[in-house]
Amino acid sequence: MLRRTLAKGAIGLTTAAMVAGRPAAAQGAPVEIQFWHGLTQPLGGMLEQVAAGFNESQQRYRVNASYRGGYSETMVAAIAAFRANNAPHIVQMFEVGTATMMAASRATKPVWELLQQTGVKIDFEDVLAGVRGYYSLPDGRMASMPFNSSTSVSFYNKDAFRKAGLDPEAFPRTWPAVAEAARKLKAAGIATPMTTSWPTWLMVEQFSAIHDIPLATKGNGFGGLDAELAINNPVLARHLQNLIDWHKEGLFRYGGRDNAADGLLPAGECAITFASSGTRARILREAKFDWGTAMLPYYDDVPKAPLNSIIGGASLWAMNKGPSGGRSEEEWKGVAEFFAWLAKPDVAAKWHMDTGYLPLTRSGYEQVKASGFYKQNVGADVPIEQMLRGGGVLTENSRGVRLGGFPEIRNIIQEEMERAFQGQQDAKALLENATRRGNVVLRNFERANRA
Amino acid sequence: MRKAVIFKGKLLPLLLMLPQLVITGIFFFWPAGQAIWSSLLREDAFGLNRSFVGLENFAEVVADPTWRDAAANTALFSFSVAVLALAAALLLAVQADKAIRGSGAYKTLLIWPYAVAPAIAAVLWLFLFHPQIGLIGRALNAAQLAWDYRLNGGQAMTLVIIASAWKQVSYNFIFFLAGLQSIPRAVLEAASIDGARPMRRFWTIIFPLLSPTSFFLLTVNLVYAFFDTFGVIHALTQGGPAKATETLIYKVYVDGVENLNLGASAAQSVILMAIVIAVTAAQFRLIERKVHY
Amino acid sequence: MADSATAATDPALRASQARQRRGRWMAHGILLLGVIIFALPIWITLVGSTHDANTIGRGEVPLWFGGQAVENYISAWTRGGEGMRSTRAVPAGTMLWNSAVMATLIAVGKIAISLLSAYAVVFFSFPGRMFFFWMIFITLMLPVEVRIIPTFQVMVDLNLTDSMAGLVIPVIASATATLLFRQFFLTIPDEYVEAAKIDGAGPLRFFWDVVLPLSRTNIAALFVILFIYGWNQYLWPLLIITDTSLETIVVGLSKMIGRGDAQNEWNAIMATAILALLPPVAVVILMQRWFVKGLTETEK
Repeated sequence: MLRRTLAKGAIGLTTAAMVAGRPAAAQGAPVEIQFWHGLTQPLGGMLEQVAAGFNESQQRYRVNASYRGGYSETMVAAIAAFRANNAPHIVQMFEVGTATMMAASRATKPVWELLQQTGVKIDFEDVLAGVRGYYSLPDGRMASMPFNSSTSVSFYNKDAFRKAGLDPEAFPRTWPAVAEAARKLKAAGIATPMTTSWPTWLMVEQFSAIHDIPLATKGNGFGGLDAELAINNPVLARHLQNLIDWHKEGLFRYGGRDNAADGLLPAGECAITFASSGTRARILREAKFDWGTAMLPYYDDVPKAPLNSIIGGASLWAMNKGPSGGRSEEEWKGVAEFFAWLAKPDVAAKWHMDTGYLPLTRSGYEQVKASGFYKQNVGADVPIEQMLRGGGVLTENSRGVRLGGFPEIRNIIQEEMERAFQGQQDAKALLENATRRGNVVLRNFERANRA
Repeated sequence: MRKAVIFKGKLLPLLLMLPQLVITGIFFFWPAGQAIWSSLLREDAFGLNRSFVGLENFAEVVADPTWRDAAANTALFSFSVAVLALAAALLLAVQADKAIRGSGAYKTLLIWPYAVAPAIAAVLWLFLFHPQIGLIGRALNAAQLAWDYRLNGGQAMTLVIIASAWKQVSYNFIFFLAGLQSIPRAVLEAASIDGARPMRRFWTIIFPLLSPTSFFLLTVNLVYAFFDTFGVIHALTQGGPAKATETLIYKVYVDGVENLNLGASAAQSVILMAIVIAVTAAQFRLIERKVHY
Repeated sequence: MADSATAATDPALRASQARQRRGRWMAHGILLLGVIIFALPIWITLVGSTHDANTIGRGEVPLWFGGQAVENYISAWTRGGEGMRSTRAVPAGTMLWNSAVMATLIAVGKIAISLLSAYAVVFFSFPGRMFFFWMIFITLMLPVEVRIIPTFQVMVDLNLTDSMAGLVIPVIASATATLLFRQFFLTIPDEYVEAAKIDGAGPLRFFWDVVLPLSRTNIAALFVILFIYGWNQYLWPLLIITDTSLETIVVGLSKMIGRGDAQNEWNAIMATAILALLPPVAVVILMQRWFVKGLTETEK
């Protein structure tokens, strides 16, 4: 038994050596493209079908899509594999990992360079501005391939609105009006009417973009690694203090980090929630009441509000094999062809309609609209309309966030929010502490990535 | 240390030891050395940029208020788990020793939690204390006590302590019972004829006789609370809310695996190694005493 | 106990006896309370696993069995629940199999390599003997928890992540088992070795014919402890396994719970929890004698 396990280990070692030394493309056999993704079912299965479609469409390349745990686990696995000279060709990276990938310039091949080198064409002009901005370099060239992008919206229980004497077809546009509606809902017997998923993404990142206030200096980090958090501002402090007060009043409920609160609206425990547009599928399946989708609220006395919301989700990165590079022309070509396949209007449209993620391109959106899809699926176009709110012209504050170590910063903000909701600090202290701790992360990232 | 009569041969014993030595070398010493080396470096997640920074990582870790909070959490958590698990086990063992009939059955009914993995123990207690689906959690909320361990740090700490201690009571119980049963009956009867009240008798006669066991169990429990409870925290609170249940081990995991701060995480590992070596050395002296009795 | 005839006549002794009786009743009371507190979470879980997801999701904590036991356990075993929520469902059957294989290999591996090294240390004299012994002993000071990242890196370098070999091999080095066997081997009388030498039996033959049979009870006791140790591994599988077909049940269960969402498929989770704790608990209860022996001897 022992000998067998040891032998297995030895075999593991030798195969590793063999894999590392194998020539990239054997004659005749298709070139294998490894693609690691972080989507759970049912989305993961849909993604694997997209890859299967590509494999059927041609003979030269085979994209092998495999699930590697959630987004952050996929990120850790890909980085570890890179260090072992064994990275996948393509990795799906959540939006907050963008700066980390971009800073590791020797680990990745930017999409613009990939396309130039392989001669494959993708028209990024047509890609939704909010999506393009998030994944492009300061000069506008694309760094990664946008794939599954979502944004966040409000979902609400229309039956509960009726019960509370509110107009079920008119979700309040501003935060003060939302609070009023919540008071009426509470009076109508809903213990804690309002909650949010992704507290940092929704209440800090989206909020800042919609109100055209900076999240960080240097254009939210797009201008360089030396950016600092700018969240300690009166507009955000006012909003978070409101949330803390509403929490005390029993109007708002902190439902936990990340998407932990997703289930509260469909379960009927809350009547209003702010969540990723991708939650739509779950609400469709679980909610046993009449519900609606609306744009995120704002404060109408803030001069430039409301602007477009920003995106979440993930993009695809082309990765080098390891610190010493090591990919053949043929492999890069396969990666580029696969990216081009994803950008094909019918592939992108199907992905959008199946999953509820944003359509990749404006023309794709028009095409789906013309097909009558949004007439049958009321509310499915709210996220896109919201992305185009404010005229679709992005400002420095509404094009996205590009901060190193951002997953950690998101958690820091969530932790400080938890302290505040426990009654240990007010919004001012929350923002001060989060700024101080977040800046430490930014400085460490800056140092680690400056050779 | 070795038998007086031995076999000859130099190669064979080396071959016999080889599997253990190879595994120890590859999976213990090499990584431990790596941990020490990378605690002196600052590098990005991909290992593309690295620079030698000396003891800077250590200075930063020690100065980091969140690390100090984690150290305080660890102390509070470990001490509470040890005390709770020891006290409950001692009480039960004394009773089981007294109730001679049926003590075999009680023993069986009290030792099985030892087999339950810490993470599973956490899940079982979650079923009781979950604010929406748990029996006790709902009762507390119905009594207007606003129970939600996912938002209240003190409650979260209480829950991870209970879940961690629960499983360890069984372990302590076995040792206390064995200790009690090895106390000669004559000693107890002599005391009982002296007319000493049971409580007094316990503290003046029995407890001192148990003290070597208690001391040994204290170190074992502290080590357990320190290392083996990662699963409890990971399954129940993920260190939250607001880092209220983040222990030193959990922080190594978060900083290294989730935040990819390799230098900081390695420095914390090295500090932990120093702590473990100190604890093990203390424990080893205890073993020596026992062995050479 | 005192003689009953004298006891009946001596009032002081009678009082003491009455006190003892009271003490015994109290003892039974406290013990029963302990048993109930110990069993309560299991009871809730067991009962919950026989209801449908909505009953538990609504917070109606049932205290008695429902009618869904068979459906829940079949669904947990074969599919990992109904997948109504977007959890990554892994069938409990697969996870149990992985855990069983991992726990058995770890226990067997640890015992095998520890037997061999303890034998070498005790019955031979060779250069570096004490050095190697200490090298093994010192691993007690390096639990995986304190060297998470570098050990993970080693696994990546060796291409051992996402494999059963990777789950097992790095944890089978064992200082405690080696120490225990060493301690035991030292008690084997020298005459046995003398006799073997006179018979012309070599060291391997002596090991096989004498040492191994003598170690049977120690091996059995250690197996119980190490099987539980292996079954309950958490951090290590969490780190190196991302392939769901290699998920172990302890880690898999905690992933099913995620962040404790009230909308989880709690009945399937509870059924899986029962399945996860059944094997090690059964081992402890059925092999209680070996278990207690193993525990009190390894941890000294």
